[in-house]
Amino acid sequence: MMLKRTAVWLVLLCPVGAMAADAPPGASSCSGCHPASRTVDTPVKRLIGSNPAEIVAAVQAYRSGQRSATVMDRIAKGFTDDEIKAIADWYGAQKD
Amino acid sequence: MTGSPSRRDVLKTAVATAAAAATVPLPALAQNGGGRVVVVGGGFAGATCARMLKRLDPRIAVTLVEANQTFIACPFSNEVIAGLRDIKAQQFDYRKIADDKVVMAFEPASAVDPQARMVTLAGGTRLAYDRLVLTPGVDLRWDALPGYTEAAAERMPHAWKAGEQTLLLRRQLEAMPDGGLVVITAPANPYRCPPGPYERASLIAYYLKTHKPKSKLIILDAKDAFSKQRLFQNGWKELYPDLIEWVSLSSGGKVTAVDPASMTVETDFAKHKPAVANIVPPQKAARIAELAGVADRTGWCPVEPTSFESTLQPNIHVLGDACIAGAMPKSGFAANAQAKVCAAALARLLGGQKPDDPRLINTCYSVIAPDYGITVAAVYRATNGQLVEVQGSAGTSPVDAPKAVREQEAKLADGWFKTITGEMFG
Repeated sequence: MMLKRTAVWLVLLCPVGAMAADAPPGASSCSGCHPASRTVDTPVKRLIGSNPAEIVAAVQAYRSGQRSATVMDRIAKGFTDDEIKAIADWYGAQKD
Repeated sequence: MTGSPSRRDVLKTAVATAAAAATVPLPALAQNGGGRVVVVGGGFAGATCARMLKRLDPRIAVTLVEANQTFIACPFSNEVIAGLRDIKAQQFDYRKIADDKVVMAFEPASAVDPQARMVTLAGGTRLAYDRLVLTPGVDLRWDALPGYTEAAAERMPHAWKAGEQTLLLRRQLEAMPDGGLVVITAPANPYRCPPGPYERASLIAYYLKTHKPKSKLIILDAKDAFSKQRLFQNGWKELYPDLIEWVSLSSGGKVTAVDPASMTVETDFAKHKPAVANIVPPQKAARIAELAGVADRTGWCPVEPTSFESTLQPNIHVLGDACIAGAMPKSGFAANAQAKVCAAALARLLGGQKPDDPRLINTCYSVIAPDYGITVAAVYRATNGQLVEVQGSAGTSPVDAPKAVREQEAKLADGWFKTITGEMFG
């Protein structure tokens, strides 16, 4: 009982940003090119708050060559379908 | 730096120490469930790691130790050398990182005691840590090339750390008469920024072609192959025919000695007398890594690939150019990606959990001309204690891409720099 209460207390103490600790493998690298901030001047799309299904479809199309890419054709080949979905879901759930 | 410090460096340190004495806080104290992390080095790895860690778990007390108040980024500094960019575009400060409640200590670290878990700063301040992150970058090896000393670098710049050296090389190119010879020497692997010497050659060639077209550029290389080689060589053939000559190791490209007094660059087969000599010397992890006992006899730092913890000293993590990251190159993107993986691992370790099995990405842009970009990219995973490329993910831009793709990659390179520096300092 005591343990449980401590656990709840810890969860409450964790701010929203602490969720990022649970980012799926690979997700944290994306922000090297995909800006977290809205103010960065780059042609690269923001992933935060994007529709996960659209991210998955885009990455799969890059991987298969259906969609032309510069670097995403190669990066997409480094992830399985499950890994891509986990990353897309996580970015979709992130809020500004 | 390993040699005796110049007067300017001593002065700089003294000023930094005096400035820091007023601001350096008492050693961070352990907080409830948080822990104390000290990060030494505020570059692509260190600035990212400190900031991300604080965001992941604000209870962790994070101190970022950095000698300079202004960070000068190396990526895109080749454009400064070619006169295409102001060095101000390379400069960033740590104010936003401090706003995120990372404690800044603007002072060099002078010692690490891994047993006592204590970092000592140049001014004598001692910082206790639960986990230490070393991201010190590289030192140039002043003992590796006969004749190439710190004093020689004032005449024959390396420009391999952005700042005054970058501007010195720029000034020398500006002062050179049309018809002059530029020599760039490239070291054997590993070194900071594998495609860097070739991007630099490309952009200097761009400057020469547009301003001093009778000039010539020779790359003397200690290697027989280099990063993005076919793309660079195709670009040179297309844009700078007869201007760039690459001399490989097996063609006698290895530099054996330099003499700044007579401006001579020597190989086993030839003596070159360039008007401008850009010597990129062999490198190693910066000195603090050696002092902390995390560098091995190669001069670099072996790490375990899920948390980047040193395999030589517990509770010390090494990121970026200083570490041996398996197949990952020494790039700014790689350092930033490693820093985020390390930050997540530290948050878990300090919370009593195991780090996740990570995936990391590297993307590295080079520009051959302002509207001609190329890339190499790969995804990495930890296998048998090493970071290896995920099969099928590694590769460069197509060799036969149309002009529009090269233009797009040049634009994306610019966007990348803004994004990554925004994540670090914005």
